[in-house]
Amino acid sequence: MSTSLKAAAAVLLVTGAIAGQAQAGAHTASASACLITKTDTNPFFVKMREGAEAKAEELGMELKSFAGRIDGDHETQVQAIETCIADGADGILLTASDTSSIVSAVEQARDAGVLVIALDTPLDPASAADATFATDNFVAGELIGAWAAAQLGDEAENARIALLNINVSQPSVGVLRNQGFLTGFGIDTGDINRWGDETDPRIVGHDVSDGNEEGGRRAMENLLVEDPSINVVYTINEPAAAGAYQALASMNRQDDVLIVSVDGSCSGVADIQDGVIGATAQQYPLQMAALGMEAILEWAENGTKPEPTEGKDFFDTGVSLVTGDPVDGVESISIEEGMNRCWG
Amino acid sequence: MAKSDSNSPVHESSLGSAPDAVASFEDDRAGFIKKLQHTLHLNPSMVPLIVLLLSIAVFGLLLGTRFFSPFALTLILQQVQIVGIIAAAQSLIILTAGIDLSVGATMVLSSVVMGQFTFRYGIPVPISIVCGLLCGMLCGMISGLLVSRVRLPPFIVTLGMWQIVLATNFLYSKNETIRAQDIETQASLLQFFGTKITIGGAVFTYGVVFMVLLALVLAYALKHTAWGRHVYAVGDDKEAAELSGVKTGRIILSVYMLSGLICAFAGWALIGRLGSVSPTAGQLSNIESITAVVIGGISLFGGRGSILGTLYGALIVGVFTLGLRLMGADAQWTYLLIGVLIIGAVAVDQWIRRATV
Repeated sequence: MSTSLKAAAAVLLVTGAIAGQAQAGAHTASASACLITKTDTNPFFVKMREGAEAKAEELGMELKSFAGRIDGDHETQVQAIETCIADGADGILLTASDTSSIVSAVEQARDAGVLVIALDTPLDPASAADATFATDNFVAGELIGAWAAAQLGDEAENARIALLNINVSQPSVGVLRNQGFLTGFGIDTGDINRWGDETDPRIVGHDVSDGNEEGGRRAMENLLVEDPSINVVYTINEPAAAGAYQALASMNRQDDVLIVSVDGSCSGVADIQDGVIGATAQQYPLQMAALGMEAILEWAENGTKPEPTEGKDFFDTGVSLVTGDPVDGVESISIEEGMNRCWG
Repeated sequence: MAKSDSNSPVHESSLGSAPDAVASFEDDRAGFIKKLQHTLHLNPSMVPLIVLLLSIAVFGLLLGTRFFSPFALTLILQQVQIVGIIAAAQSLIILTAGIDLSVGATMVLSSVVMGQFTFRYGIPVPISIVCGLLCGMLCGMISGLLVSRVRLPPFIVTLGMWQIVLATNFLYSKNETIRAQDIETQASLLQFFGTKITIGGAVFTYGVVFMVLLALVLAYALKHTAWGRHVYAVGDDKEAAELSGVKTGRIILSVYMLSGLICAFAGWALIGRLGSVSPTAGQLSNIESITAVVIGGISLFGGRGSILGTLYGALIVGVFTLGLRLMGADAQWTYLLIGVLIIGAVAVDQWIRRATV
């Protein structure tokens, strides 16, 4: 017994040491940056960190990474910001879990002369950060909505649509994707700032998926009980799409239902190849982090802040539709290209 | 420990074997309420069963065939299968007056081991599955040893194990999901518990069958084997059990190991349900399993309750979740009602405990 305990303790010590070393890293750097993500387990943020680390090495910058324990872990993010201020960092790259509560900590950092860039998720209000580098989630939704409508052709008039969103708190990213999808499909969204108030009879219903397989399957099952004739499924992300597919497959409906999603992770693109997902809107976390690091260096050396993309209140890091069945009028990239540019 | 309790396990077990005629001379208590209290005391799973049947009837009346169909009712079984299996493990531990916060983490780590051993190292699927099951049992064993030998409180031990196992899961898996399509083509045995049996409109999976069989087997073992009676005895009054010759340390260790093994089976069933191996699944399983156990009428103080009650408890949550969803209610109403059920269940438990046997 005691040997197994000792072994476990040894493993823990070793992993701790490795993590410590990874954080120490390069020392005599020209500028220092902090990366604070929602979690350090989601491949999206893992990729973001890799992008930031690679860029830091290339530019000779110092980088410290922090992450919440789970999605929604606001306390840890505040602590991380405080640590970065105390550490004298030049800039912070932040994907906030709680976009409005974090603002006071962000203000504290900016008052201390730290450049704060929101990555992926805009703060509430967006102007609380010096800049936002993100996917245009509305455009991402629009792309898959337009693609789904074009796939159905005239049958789009009679579509039976299920919407698998993230969770009941309606975070802005989820709302933008959902409303973008409906707009792209040609459905009136009602109040653009929240989902669930649409009156179009083609919408069977909304359910929440927590953005994972478990929730995606449960939500799809629930909506299929409400109306088994569903033939178009919008999903917040690819894990939810994979879960929805399992629910459809268990009822032998997998071949006559179109599933669309957002993310463009490598397993998501592989799911397109296998016919699980019809199309996905691919986003580029590596790009967000790399551009963010460059902006911080620019700030540290010249004191200039990054400018938003023209016509938008944030810096658009781009989004592409990945599908094996391109349609006229909706620009898309092939599965191969999606595979080359995928993350996670 | 209180002296007045010290002979109760002996007393209770002799009650079961004693002829009814002996007990009957006491039964001169008047009133329906008293009799009901007495009946419920002897059959702790009656309350959740009544609540379950009532809630099915109410939702059936409100929603008609949308809810009251073989398809929807068996869907509930599918949706609660994972929590149902985990809750069986949780019941065993709570019967010994313990609690296990690490059940969900153990489940996910076991499923990750099964998946990664197959796909990362190319180990044959059956061996990977055995390794996954052993992994779950090992997690249970560590907790069991710390509780029974080192005599740390179960809450603290499993609070620690929850973090340790979960972190190990994320470190080891790198949070990579193994896709359903890859598993289907290369290691379909991992999805064994997802296999469907369709009877008319009703859809059962092997996972659902497993959950029901597990509950029945455990219920039998707890009632009719020496081991089972000892589990109750340990939970009811550990010192008294020790004095009457029960090797309490061994019983506790065996319960934690068995519960770890059951969690590993839940991990296997989870792969069947999701199709994929997902390291982020089951984050709330510990709380959901405790909820099922409490609603199922098992006393958190140990020694009282039945595993079938836990199964009913899990099903009650499933019925409310789907029923309210079909009525179009906000998901928060489900949580609110489950909260009411938890408090109600414990209140009823306290009331029953006051019954004189």
